[in-house]
Amino acid sequence: MTFDINKIRSDFPILQRKIYDKPLIYLDNAATTQKPQIVIDRITDYYTYENANIHRGVHYLSQIDTTAFENAREHIARFINAPKKEEVIFTKGTTESINLVAASFGRKILNKGDEVLVTAMEHHSNLVPWQMLCYEKEARLKVIPFNDKGEIDLSTYQMMLGGKTKIVALPHISNALGTINPVKEMIRMAHEKDIPVLIDGAQALSHLIVDIDDLDCDFYCFSGHKAYGPMGVGVLYGKTDHLNFMDPYQSGGEMVEYVSLYETSFNEIPLKFEAGTPNVEAVLGMDAALHYLEETGLDAIAAHEKDLLAYGTKKLQKIKGVHIYGTASEKTAILSFLIDDIHPFDAGTIIDKFGIAIRTGHHCAQPVMNKFGIPGTIRASFAMYNTREEIDKLAEAILQVKKMFA
Amino acid sequence: MSIEEIQEQIITEFSYFDDWLDRYNHLIEMGKSVPLINEKYKTKNYLIGGCQSRVWLHAAMKDGLIIFSAESDAVITKGIVNLLIRVFSGQTPDTIIDADISFIDKIGLKEHLSPTRSNGLMSMIKQMKLYALAFKTKSANQ
Repeated sequence: MTFDINKIRSDFPILQRKIYDKPLIYLDNAATTQKPQIVIDRITDYYTYENANIHRGVHYLSQIDTTAFENAREHIARFINAPKKEEVIFTKGTTESINLVAASFGRKILNKGDEVLVTAMEHHSNLVPWQMLCYEKEARLKVIPFNDKGEIDLSTYQMMLGGKTKIVALPHISNALGTINPVKEMIRMAHEKDIPVLIDGAQALSHLIVDIDDLDCDFYCFSGHKAYGPMGVGVLYGKTDHLNFMDPYQSGGEMVEYVSLYETSFNEIPLKFEAGTPNVEAVLGMDAALHYLEETGLDAIAAHEKDLLAYGTKKLQKIKGVHIYGTASEKTAILSFLIDDIHPFDAGTIIDKFGIAIRTGHHCAQPVMNKFGIPGTIRASFAMYNTREEIDKLAEAILQVKKMFA
Repeated sequence: MSIEEIQEQIITEFSYFDDWLDRYNHLIEMGKSVPLINEKYKTKNYLIGGCQSRVWLHAAMKDGLIIFSAESDAVITKGIVNLLIRVFSGQTPDTIIDADISFIDKIGLKEHLSPTRSNGLMSMIKQMKLYALAFKTKSANQ
C-alpha cells in the first residue's frame, strides 16, 4: 500500500482552512485529531437517512440502525483484536471508561490498606479517579517513577508490585512526553502476581496497532476523537469475567432485563454498562474512522509519523535554546519542548499567529511538569496528514519567538 | 483621565501598528513597565485563577482611589495586565465597577477576549472589579 500524503490531506476538509490568512498547520493531534470527509459524511447520512433509536424498535429504521450499531461494535472488536465483541463497551470517552472501571471494579475489590499502582506520567484522567477511590477506601496510591528521558524502569516497577497491589493503571503512550510504555511486559509482570491491569490507550489507537489478545490486558480504554472519529464516544474493553463480576455503573433503560416497580434484573454485557440511548451517530462515525485507518494502513501511518518525529526532533534540536522533554527510545510523534526560558504561553501565542495549532501548558499531566520543574511545555503532536514542510514552518515560528522574547 | 479617555489613548497608540507582529512587540514592551507587585504579595492569595501563566494582582486604596500592581511569569500576560492597570489604576471604586472595557477588541487582541482563553484576561478584569467592589463595601461600612 502506498502512502499518498496529498490524497490523505485532501480527505480532511479542515486542512483547506486558512487561519489568520495562513494555511492551517494542525499540530495539536494529541488533544484531538481532525476528521476525514467519510466520517463527516457518515454522521450527516445518519441524520439525513437513518435516524431512529436503536435496540428497541421493530420498525425498519430502528432495525437497520441497530444492525449498523452492533456491526460497529464487531468492527471495533476486530480492530483491536478483542476476543469477543461483547467485551467492547461504548462510553463517552477514555475518561468515562476509566471512571467506570474505578467505580464498578475498583470499588468492589479495593479494601483499606490495599494499593493501586499508577505511573508518574499519567494524564489526570487516569490519576484522579484512582486518587478519589483510594481516598474513599483508605487505600494507598503508589506512583511508578520515570527517568529523565521519560522511561519507566521495569525493575523499580517489579519491586512495587506487591501483595497489597489490587490494580495497576498505565498509559500506553504518555500524552505529555510521547513515551510508548512497554505495556505488554508490564501486564505480564503484573499477571504473574494475579494483579489486573488497565491500559489508558487514548494516545495509542491512531498511532500503532493495538492487539488486545496479544497484550492480554484486563481493561483497555480509548476515545474516538483522538483517532479521527467524533467526540463524545469511546470504548472500554474489559475481560468477560471482570465485566460479569462488576456492578452496573449507571442505571436506566437499555441496561435492564426485567423491571418491576421494586426490583430489576440487569441485562447481559455489554448492554449492562450502556444505560440510556447511546451516542449512535458517534459510534457510526468512529466505525467509519477505523475503516479509514485500515484503508490507509496503520503500518504506513506509523512509518510516516516516525519520519516526522525524527525530522522534527532534528530540526528543533538545531535551534539553539530549544530543549525537548521526553526522549524515550520508544516514542510516538509528540514533541514537548521549551525555548530558552520563554514561558510556553508567550511562545504559544506567537506560534498561533502563524496559523499553527500547538498546545501549551501542562497537558493535563501536572505531575510530569513538576518532575521537570517547569510550568508546562509547548507540545507539537503529529498525525498522518502532517508534513515535513509544516515542521519547517514551526521552526520558523520558533525563531520568531526567540527574536521577540530574547 | 477617565477610564474612557485612557482606553481611547491606548486604541490610538495601537492604531500606529498595521500588523500583529508590531502589536505584540508593543505589548511585550508594555509588559516591561508594569507596576510590579511587592514581592511579599506574590503568594497564592494574590494569584488569579484560570490562567495558563501565573498572574498576581494586588490592590490598595489611596485617597479614595484604587492602585493596582501585578506580576506574571509570561511577558504577554504582563503586557495585558499592564494595559488593564493603566485603565483601572487611580480610579474610584464606582467607576471601575461600572466601566465597560472595550479597548481590547479594538487594538487587535480580540482573541484574548474569549472566556476560555487561558491567559485569563476575563479573570483579571473580574478580579479588578471585585477588588473595587470590596473597597467600596469596606468604605461604606466605616
